[in-house]
Parts: sequence; structure tokens; C-alpha cells
Amino acid sequence: MGLDRRRFLKIAGLTTLFGLGGKAAIQILAPGEVNAAVEALPLTEGKRWAMVIDTNKMDEKLMNACIEACHHEHNVPDLGNPKEEIKWIWKEDYHHSFPGQQHNYISEEVKHRNFLLMCNHCSNPPCCRVCPTKSTWQREDGVVMMDPHRCIGCRFCMAACPFGARSFNWGDPRKASKEKNPDFPTNQAYPTRSKGVVEKCNFCAERLAKGELPVCVERANKTKKNAMIFGDLSDPDSDVRAVLHKHYTIRRKPELGSEPNLFFIV
Amino acid sequence: MYDGGKVIVGLIICLGFFLSPFIYDAGNSAKPPEPQLTAKAKEAKTCVMDKSYMTSSHFSLLDKWRHAVVRDGERLFKAESGKIYNTSLQLTCMECHSNKSNFCDQCHNYMGVTPYCWDCHVAPKEMK
Repeated sequence: MGLDRRRFLKIAGLTTLFGLGGKAAIQILAPGEVNAAVEALPLTEGKRWAMVIDTNKMDEKLMNACIEACHHEHNVPDLGNPKEEIKWIWKEDYHHSFPGQQHNYISEEVKHRNFLLMCNHCSNPPCCRVCPTKSTWQREDGVVMMDPHRCIGCRFCMAACPFGARSFNWGDPRKASKEKNPDFPTNQAYPTRSKGVVEKCNFCAERLAKGELPVCVERANKTKKNAMIFGDLSDPDSDVRAVLHKHYTIRRKPELGSEPNLFFIV
Repeated sequence: MYDGGKVIVGLIICLGFFLSPFIYDAGNSAKPPEPQLTAKAKEAKTCVMDKSYMTSSHFSLLDKWRHAVVRDGERLFKAESGKIYNTSLQLTCMECHSNKSNFCDQCHNYMGVTPYCWDCHVAPKEMK
């Protein structure tokens, strides 16, 4: 079979052309790429969400109620074992909440008081800096979000967070003991998490989108008005700014420079 | 070839063994899945996109939705008809298609795909 150089080049050239054209044609005709219709409308307007907790108004019962409300809303199971504990919001004494701001002669009452803690949604969040998959990142409105779809469970963020605000799912939360969690998942409108992802407080991003307050704030204010105040720190006329202007507040570990957005009136 | 007869008989047995599932199933084809619509889905008539797109590419849409909601905080979806939907698998899709086992699972099992949506997202409780 004789194929001279000239013919070979012609055939090769034509084949390449057809190959390229064919691929393009397939891409154009391929179903499934409809971008025009997929447009959504953003809802929230806040630029820097922040929270003030008036610890004088909080008591044990109310704090427990807030914790219960949050964990119920977000399908956080009670796993029993403190080593595997998952928590979005929890309470802690002064010594552990504000190390570095304590001394030997602190008021007895404050010394033994518990404080309601959660993710600080820092302005300069160390967790986001270390996340290798951008699974946790800071939204434009300041909420430090968590995308469990992307989380690979490396737990760098847990090591980076100085506030212990993050929990790891060592097991499948749906396999949590039925005795402790009889009606899990408690909120049918919110997902659970899967084994091997990190989770934490999301400042109730799903509620903010609907124009509602975070569930802990709502619960606290139902019992004691203005026990917790939530609002936009960048808006000089907001409730949080007014409260911060009026009262002296402290933050957790400010010396670390992560700029927490959770303020405590002591 | 040494022991040619034995080798050939062995090969034939092996071939028969490997082909047995095909021979066993010859002439029968697996029943193609028929996703069933709930009364509510039938009543709505249209989905968020047209039927052919939803059949072939619902996962692309879900992926876009997921990205829009979680990453960009955009929780509303405007359909071609102008109707606005809540961008949510759990709240919007499953509200109509509340029969997960007869709607989602049937095709997924047939195609041998196991999407991990339901590891986290809560499927509606189904009446048996």
C-alpha cells in the first residue's frame, strides 16, 4: 500500500479539522447548560453582623433555653461523650471565657458567672486563613460561613480557632443515640451534617436571609428583653451600635487580633 | 500443547461461568424506571425548569443552587415563567416530589448512582 507524504498530510489535516469541529459541535449541542434562567436575588443587606450579650440579664435557665433552641433548630445531636461533643453555642465560666482579662481579686459573682459563647464571627478569622478548600470563608456581611459540601475534615480550622467554636463529626450524626435524641433530626427544614465534617454556629445565615433574627437572640429576648442584641455594626444607627455606645463591653481574647464580633456586657 | 484437552475444557468452563449472568438474563431487559409524580407535582404541571432539562440535568441545576445558596447567599431562583422559587432541595424540590423512593431512588438505583445529598439533607417522611 503506497501512501505518499502529500496524501498522508492531507488526510492528517482533514482528520484534525474534523476532530476539532466535531468536539465543538458536541459542546454546542450538549444539553444541560442553561445559564440565562439561573439568576437569583440577594436578600440581606447587613455589612458587618455583630452581637451583644448582656450577661447581667442572662441566667442559667435562659442560657440553657438558648442552647436548646439553637441545637433544635440546626439539628445538633447530643452525643453524650464530651470528647465527641458537637456544639454551636455553649456556656463557660469567666476564667475560660476571658483568659488574660482575669486577676485574683475579681468580683466573686462574675468569677462564678457563666457566659453564653458561640462563634465570634471574627473580622479577621484565623480559621478561614488556614482552610485548604475554602470550605470556611468570610461572607461580605461578616458571617464566617461553613460549606459542609466542601469540607474535607482536615480540622485545620479547629486548630486555628482560638475560641474552640468548632466541632468535628467523628461519626454520622444520624446515628446518635435514639434515647438522647428521640426525634432527630429535630428540624425537618434544615439539613444535618455527615461524618467527617466540621461544623459551627453560622449566625443563623438561613434566618438572616429571611429577615429574621438568630434563633438564640429571639429565644433570649422572649424571656428577657434586650438580653441579646443583634445588628449591623457598620450602621451607626443600629441597635448594636447604640448598646455598644452606652455600655462598656469586653470581647474574648482581643489580644490575638482576630477582632471578634461578639461583645459582652459584664 | 501439554494437556490440551484439559486446558480447553477448563477454558470453556471458565467462559461459561463468566457469561452465565448474560445467558441467564438473555432476552429479558431490566424494567426501565418510571418516576412517579405525586398529586401535588401533577397539579403544579411545571417544574422549575422544563421537563427534558430536569430529566437530563437536574444535578447541574442542584449544583448551581447549592453554590448560589451556600457560597453567594442567593436563596431565590427565578424560573423562566417568572415564578420565584426558594432555592432549596429540601424545601422546594421535596415539597412536590415528596416520594423520594418512587421519584429519586428508582432512577438512581437503575443507573447505579448514589448521590450523597441524603447524607445530610433530610428527606420527607413517606407514607407506606
